[in-house]
Amino acid sequence: MAPEGTTTLTTLHPWAWWCWAIGIGIAVSGTTNPLLLALIATAMVVVVMLRRSSAPWARSVKAYLLLSLFVIGMRVFFQVLIGSGSGDTVLFALPEIPLPEWAAGIRLGGPVTAEGLVRTLYDALRLAVMLLCIGAANALANPRRALRSVPAALYEASVAVVVALSVAPQLIESAQRVRRARRLRGEPAKGLGMLSTVAMPVLGDAIERSISLAAGMESRGFARTRGLPIRGALPLMLVSVLCSVLGLFLLLSSTWWLLASSLLVAGLLGTAWGFHRAGRALRVTAHRPDSWGWRETLVGVSGIGAAVLVLALGWLDPSGGALHPSTDPLQWPDLTVAMLVVTALTLAPLLLTRARALQTVASVRHDTRVRSLRPQVQQELASR
Amino acid sequence: MITFDRVSVRYADADVPTLDQVSLQLPEGDLCLVIGATGSGKSTLLGAINGLVPHFTGGTLGGRVVVDGWDTALHRPRDMAEVVGYVGQDPLRGFVTDTVEDEIAYGMEQLGIDPVAMRKRVEETLDLLGIADLRRRPLTELSGGQQQRVAIASVLAAQPRVLVLDEPTSALDPTAAQDVLSAIATLVHEVGLTVVLAEHRLERVMQAADSMIWLPGDGSAVHGNPREVLAAASITPPLAALARAVGWTEVPLSVREARRRALAEGLLPTPPAPPATETAPIVLRATDVEVRFGDVTAVRGVDLELRAGSVKALMGRNGAGKSSLLWALQGALTCAGHIEIAGIDPRGLGAAKARRLVTLVPQTAADLLYLATVGAECDQADRESEAPAGTTAGLLAELGIQLPPDRDPRDLSEGQRLALVLAIQLAAGPRVLLLDEPTRGLDYRSKADLHRIVDRLAARGMAVLISTHDVEFAALASRGTLLMADGELIAEGRTADLLTSSPAYAPQMSKVFAPIPVLTPDDVARGLR
Repeated sequence: MAPEGTTTLTTLHPWAWWCWAIGIGIAVSGTTNPLLLALIATAMVVVVMLRRSSAPWARSVKAYLLLSLFVIGMRVFFQVLIGSGSGDTVLFALPEIPLPEWAAGIRLGGPVTAEGLVRTLYDALRLAVMLLCIGAANALANPRRALRSVPAALYEASVAVVVALSVAPQLIESAQRVRRARRLRGEPAKGLGMLSTVAMPVLGDAIERSISLAAGMESRGFARTRGLPIRGALPLMLVSVLCSVLGLFLLLSSTWWLLASSLLVAGLLGTAWGFHRAGRALRVTAHRPDSWGWRETLVGVSGIGAAVLVLALGWLDPSGGALHPSTDPLQWPDLTVAMLVVTALTLAPLLLTRARALQTVASVRHDTRVRSLRPQVQQELASR
Repeated sequence: MITFDRVSVRYADADVPTLDQVSLQLPEGDLCLVIGATGSGKSTLLGAINGLVPHFTGGTLGGRVVVDGWDTALHRPRDMAEVVGYVGQDPLRGFVTDTVEDEIAYGMEQLGIDPVAMRKRVEETLDLLGIADLRRRPLTELSGGQQQRVAIASVLAAQPRVLVLDEPTSALDPTAAQDVLSAIATLVHEVGLTVVLAEHRLERVMQAADSMIWLPGDGSAVHGNPREVLAAASITPPLAALARAVGWTEVPLSVREARRRALAEGLLPTPPAPPATETAPIVLRATDVEVRFGDVTAVRGVDLELRAGSVKALMGRNGAGKSSLLWALQGALTCAGHIEIAGIDPRGLGAAKARRLVTLVPQTAADLLYLATVGAECDQADRESEAPAGTTAGLLAELGIQLPPDRDPRDLSEGQRLALVLAIQLAAGPRVLLLDEPTRGLDYRSKADLHRIVDRLAARGMAVLISTHDVEFAALASRGTLLMADGELIAEGRTADLLTSSPAYAPQMSKVFAPIPVLTPDDVARGLR
């Protein structure tokens, strides 16, 4: 058990992690340099491995890694199959399948060039590393705590999400329990028939669970401080949101940037104020609210800094340069000092936080562990 | 503190009101025990105290329920949260957050209590219930007794004046139940809370009760001194049965009271004759059974023999490996070791054939049911077991449980549902019956029914193994007992010898008449004749 007061070093505000990860994600979107992308990805994985907790969501990073590899594989596969034959360096040629007139512009098979393949690979890598950024944030920030820090006006919505988060594992658990029990009746049906016989008790169980949860929340005062009238909050919010959308639209599509940015700023301020007013009507207090300290600020800044740096480099050198190495003709990508700085910014949270002390809390309840492990045994059994 | 003034509750689809013109008054600081058979309206009475009935459950409420000056007709349960803390039947299902500390703070957050005051109250509550070392643990990892104490703590943190508990110990092993009950006793005596508690298993709680409400099931309620209420009630915990057997008009509430009186009156029952050594053939023989889940060994080196026509009880803490052993014996769980039932290993047979040899009724028996009516379930069971049509329905009637075939299995009481699942499983004609926690949630009458059924099956030559936390039921139903701890079989022997030798597992009769080895009120009645 960690003593009181030491948790601040090991747990960071969840939004700080998100800010950092999104910043890095923006930085990644600004480059196709495979060396930089590989460095960022490695740094990301290192941070996750050293700073994640033992909680279930912390294991999600593996899924994101697999998804990234899948994205790269798919992109390369389709490039080989229907890629356009830009470039001269033909690696090999697939037999070309002639397509009818109306499919002109699409080619199946044909020569595969090194230039086309490398360009696709760079592009896929960029997407994969962006996915990895989201995965990292997911693994590092406790989703429930992140939802607790939403503006008070969104409180009910966040409660709904939290409840939904807990329902999924429960459904899986009760499905496994019922399936096991069904074996005791001699497995009357397989496949679709089995599904219908399992669905009924599982759904019944889920409904009963929801009702007990609702009764529990009701009898503990949930929604009790709601219902105070908030005068003017709704029109204010509507107008503000419209303002921001219009401002954003003008900013991106026209040259009236002064008008556009003032509309956007006014809209955002109005929205924030509306949230604040609506939130005041709820008198829910928070036990141990996550605090935002200088560590959180620095972690957030390191992410934003990386984004700003990459975007600035791109702006200074519109021709591409080191951020977008040429693929036609093929060229070995360069690594500049600025890129090393971006990698260092990705690694910055390592200095700002401390690794979680290994907490080996043995479960007193043997059977909860047994219950969670049982499904594996069931699978072994089924595969025999 | 709590006033019921001619309270009637009628649910929309019911023909008769669940509560009918109930009037009673509970003074401040009382521990009041609500007793009654399944379906007699205990949960309705408890829900009416904080307004869940009728605000949440629906139905019509007549009369007035006033708690500490708050009328439930005018205040919703969420407003009553300040006055009444309510803990439902399954604490895990009522948990909103995922760690102990957050759960305790949740109620206060909803009431808008200042964070500084909240921190202080969380600490106080953690200490009060002795769960301070669990504060950062995930709720799902706690044992049943710990979960129940966290649930109590989480409603107490809002500092209510009344605590309402619906069957807080029904799923707990004897030691964990004792933990929870002593926590409740502390709250009554040290904090001065008014506690209303519904319970099926009265033997442990009734000594602490100041008053008792008995719901006979016809909508009325009898409120009064526990001794008098128990003497009249159809609910018979062992001490009440003893009082009836020896002709005492007042029921003793504790073992101490009963023992003093028995000694004073010189009651010395002759112990029942030890049963003859069993000579029936061995049906089930298991040697060196081991069940592993990953790196956890749930069952280790268990040797076991069951004879035809014998009933054995399997006891031990929550998580001692009882369920895993039963599942392994049925062949539904991979395990190492040797299992042989009538010369055949059930593990190699496949599910359909294995259940003709050995059948298991799991802890949540309702998982086996999935059709819309009792009749459909029975027909399906006949087909699964390749038995002639009507076999299952016949078995059900033979078990002495009458169920209309058009009833929905979900509407049955715990006891009826158990009987239905039992009939379905018996339709396959197994040689061995394994029951996992069958007494959970059963009232005394259903338990007596179950005892009768088990006896009848044993008389027909079936070997029965029952895992249970209920020592009184084990004493009543079984001849032999197996004791498990941490995955190992630590003791095996006659129920009379095993149970009387351990203070936690001794049935009340053996404590009253120690050192005479009597286990049940029936034994006493027979011994005094």
